[in-house]
Amino acid sequence: MVSLFPLTLTEGLVRRRGRVIMGPVSLTVEGRGLTVLMGPNGAGKSTLLKALHGIERLSAGRLGHGCPSDQSHAAQAFVFQTPVVLRRSVAANLAYPLKLHGVGRAERARLIEDWSARIRLSDRLDQPAARLSGGERQKLATARALIRSPQLLFLDEPTANLDGRSTREIEDLLRAARDGGTRIVMATHDFAQARRLADDAWFMMNGRIVETGPSPQFFDTPTRSETRAFLRGDILE
Amino acid sequence: MNDIWAGIASAIRLILTADANLVEISLRSLQVTLSALAIACLIALPLGTFLAIQRFRFRRGVIAVLNALMGLPPVVVGLVVYILLSRAGPFGVLNLLFTPTAMVIAQVIIITPLIASITHQAMRDLWAEYHDLLISLNTGKLQRVATLIRDGRRSLMTAALAGFGRAIGEVGAIMIVGGNIEHHTRVLTTAIALETGRGDFALALGLGFVLIGLALGVNLLTHWLGRTEVEGRW
Repeated sequence: MVSLFPLTLTEGLVRRRGRVIMGPVSLTVEGRGLTVLMGPNGAGKSTLLKALHGIERLSAGRLGHGCPSDQSHAAQAFVFQTPVVLRRSVAANLAYPLKLHGVGRAERARLIEDWSARIRLSDRLDQPAARLSGGERQKLATARALIRSPQLLFLDEPTANLDGRSTREIEDLLRAARDGGTRIVMATHDFAQARRLADDAWFMMNGRIVETGPSPQFFDTPTRSETRAFLRGDILE
Repeated sequence: MNDIWAGIASAIRLILTADANLVEISLRSLQVTLSALAIACLIALPLGTFLAIQRFRFRRGVIAVLNALMGLPPVVVGLVVYILLSRAGPFGVLNLLFTPTAMVIAQVIIITPLIASITHQAMRDLWAEYHDLLISLNTGKLQRVATLIRDGRRSLMTAALAGFGRAIGEVGAIMIVGGNIEHHTRVLTTAIALETGRGDFALALGLGFVLIGLALGVNLLTHWLGRTEVEGRW
């Protein structure tokens, strides 16, 4: 498979109704690890994730991949803060991205069995996904994103509003995916979760990335006053 | 009041004895309506879904026209179809006037905007729910339309049943283009109009009760399907 990396955003900027929502941001995403993206509400985290994923149109700047652009999307996946589940059964939700990419019936069945076991929904495969709880829906959405073993996975606050058990199960999925070679970029408001998962971190404010660094250094000795204030729990505007 | 009781008695007698004329007229009503419904759905369901997901110039105008066409007067539709299919008209050579096919054409024109408009509204909501996911999965336009139609099928069934309800009760257009010819183009609504004109109110009411039964059945089915959608049953 052709590598998606390096993924580069050059002077990326998103403007809506004349107002700059994000940018200019320049960064490079390389092939391994888990990056957490932190920052106050309205900092532009979701917009940056969507811009990197290619579903947010850039007003200026350029997004580049290590592979041809027509192949880049198939190598990525995105998990949204509010899980989107298709009005289908659990099994059909897991099968959907596989069918889109022409995965054969036998392989589909094997993957569905495998992933439904990982998210503990094996006994509910035929049930409508709409009947699942919030945590189960997010696990299903995460499994659906991971079922094709993407090279790069974006998650936008995937455990916001979930209980501890669901959060832990999703974190386990993410650790396993990272260890399996999937590059992960995740926005989160949860400091403890960020410390638990992050290999490195980006801090955003007012649409720009103001600090980046490897995990222990970022959390223990941040260089910027805004980052320190944010990590201290101060309210930033 | 006596006419109503007589009508009810007549309807019961006609139904219980499976009156050949009633059966023939009812079956023709269903045949014409279901044919029109099938054709209208083939046009309206993809059209309504496409309008929900595709942004293009004058889209709002197209939707406004579609909504306005829901109120298309059937008599005017009948008149236009009559002119088009009459011997002097552009399609006169097809000899379709006063045939069930002409009635189907008129009904398709009447119910297509209704089904497309309801479909658009239902699909717009579903598209808002699915938008980010389907864009993220890099689905093509046809895949999006197919996904929305599949997952919104119960809403679409409701749209189709609304079209059925409108078509089965339609009289103005099919009277004009069908001609209400016995054993050929007579359907429940035109038969009711005829019997009323003849002064046979009992038979007219009897036919009317059969028609109401069909319409109520459709409405109950619509209601039941809507309930299953809300409750998330598959």
